[in-house]
Amino acid sequence: MKRRRIALGVDSRPGWVVYGLLVTVLVASAFPFYWSFLIGSGDASSVNSPDLSWIPGGNFLANAASVVDNPAVNFWVGLRNSVIVSTTVSASVVFLSTLAGYAFAKLRFRGSKTLLVFTIATMAIPTQLGVVPLYIAMVELGWTGELGAVIVPAMTSAFGVFWMTQYLRQSLPDELIEAARVDGASMFRTFRHVGAPAARPAAAMLALFTFITTWTNFFWPFIVLDRNDPTLPVALSLLQANYFVDYSIVLAGALLSTIPLIALFVVGGRQLVSGIMAGAVKG
Amino acid sequence: MGSAERHPTISEELPVTTIDRDTPVLSLRSRLGRWDAKLSPYLYVAPFFVLFALTGLFPLLYTAFVATQDWDLIRNSGTFVGLQNFADVLSHRQFWIALRNTFSIFALSTIPQLIAAVTIAALLDRNLRAKTFWRMGVLLPYVVAPVAVALIFSNLFGDDYGLINNTLRDLGLNPIGWHTEPLASHVAIATMVNFRWTGYNTLILLAAMQAVPRELYEAAAIDGAGRLRQFLTVTIPQLRATLVFVVITATIGGLQVFDEPRMFDSGGTGGPDQQWLTVTMYLYNLGWGQFDFGRAASVAWILFLLIVAFGLVNLAITSRIASTEGRRS
Repeated sequence: MKRRRIALGVDSRPGWVVYGLLVTVLVASAFPFYWSFLIGSGDASSVNSPDLSWIPGGNFLANAASVVDNPAVNFWVGLRNSVIVSTTVSASVVFLSTLAGYAFAKLRFRGSKTLLVFTIATMAIPTQLGVVPLYIAMVELGWTGELGAVIVPAMTSAFGVFWMTQYLRQSLPDELIEAARVDGASMFRTFRHVGAPAARPAAAMLALFTFITTWTNFFWPFIVLDRNDPTLPVALSLLQANYFVDYSIVLAGALLSTIPLIALFVVGGRQLVSGIMAGAVKG
Repeated sequence: MGSAERHPTISEELPVTTIDRDTPVLSLRSRLGRWDAKLSPYLYVAPFFVLFALTGLFPLLYTAFVATQDWDLIRNSGTFVGLQNFADVLSHRQFWIALRNTFSIFALSTIPQLIAAVTIAALLDRNLRAKTFWRMGVLLPYVVAPVAVALIFSNLFGDDYGLINNTLRDLGLNPIGWHTEPLASHVAIATMVNFRWTGYNTLILLAAMQAVPRELYEAAAIDGAGRLRQFLTVTIPQLRATLVFVVITATIGGLQVFDEPRMFDSGGTGGPDQQWLTVTMYLYNLGWGQFDFGRAASVAWILFLLIVAFGLVNLAITSRIASTEGRRS
């Protein structure tokens, strides 16, 4: 016999209405993906047809090929650049946030409280509004059009520092650090062998978030990068800029550019869900 | 853990553990040890603060300076013009249209999104089978870049052949001018924002709901409160802090909306009559369309002040709504 939960009213299994509503929500979440595939697998004439077939056609690969082969779009360059930028930024944010978060959570030093409050306060400031001086600075440095112009301003995250501080405060016992110090380990050795390993779960989540945020970012890369050396969203934006918009190609491109993140979601979606939910409780 | 891999020998252990605090002569090693303990925390936070000051804080403050300048792109420097840029922007009709559109899109995306997110979170808060599956399902749209979302939805909202207008025609209704009517274009753009962010906010609210002590529901159930009443008198008041957080985040992001309206048509100028021109698009057009950096910077500061002011208003409203709900119970 299966063990049954006691129906307390609160925790009883919900009926089909709840599942029915949730299925509706899921259909709404997934529909744009299906729609992109449907249109992206047709051709220019099927897009404009009023009696549309709900069965995908066979042109997706051909349309995807015309996206990646379009010399005005620079898809491969965009893909390469997005990989470089997102990876570098994630690595940097995770490293700097873990280091600072460890200091804030576990080390006592003069001014730590003020600095932490300051960091949290800046989380509310839309730093995106500094684009004009940032651009002026990039012109001065000769960095416009360079990937560094996108990478360097994104290398720090106040949210990341806050996130790592909260996590390490709760999950790393002071005794472990003291034990390492008593054993004669230097401060940095203690960080490397005690702090960093303890931070790993939170660091993985932070990396995932930063990667997605950087990958999908458009405004600043659009301003500072050249059209022939773009990140993926900037390249994608050029799909629609032609005088004639063929949506079978545009939507094939939209879906194509999303595939890397869908793959990431399949692997790390579970962590992403628990990361958002953990952040909500602490934040 | 990792530190246990190698136990230090006695001689290594001596300087740190057996030194008396008052010992007048310290070995070099222990003096270094003290400096290490004192300086290390600063070294650990320094990279973050230095880089953040240079790339985050300084540009924001320098924006205030650029806003008072007539900026010359060739020299890459400016001449002081006082508050002229602000006066110019505030007397520009486009600015006010952009402001109207931004607020309209913000309201259309925040309010329905919050209602949807709270509702879906309440569904997910039930004792479901395959919890993770449903949670991942609602989060799926989050991985689509706003640019891609905009491309997909611009097609769905197409005036002539879009799925939505085709469906309206099939139902014998009049098609809607999504790319001509200001309000209709705002609805379309808000739909894109909602598509991407509803699931994300649902999970935040779900986490807050799960933190509500179950005894509160049991007490309410004993008092004869039905499920809906429990939700209104127990759940909503307990979500107060989280709702405030979500609304403030939505305000900061929502008032800067750029990607979706920019990609709503192939021109990217916000429509022939600025139907969906937003403040950030207006900033972009000033800065990188007309290369008038002084005015673009003044728009950035106006937007910054608006976000602060509007964030405070929303803070007050959300706190009040949540706490009156609480008083009712």
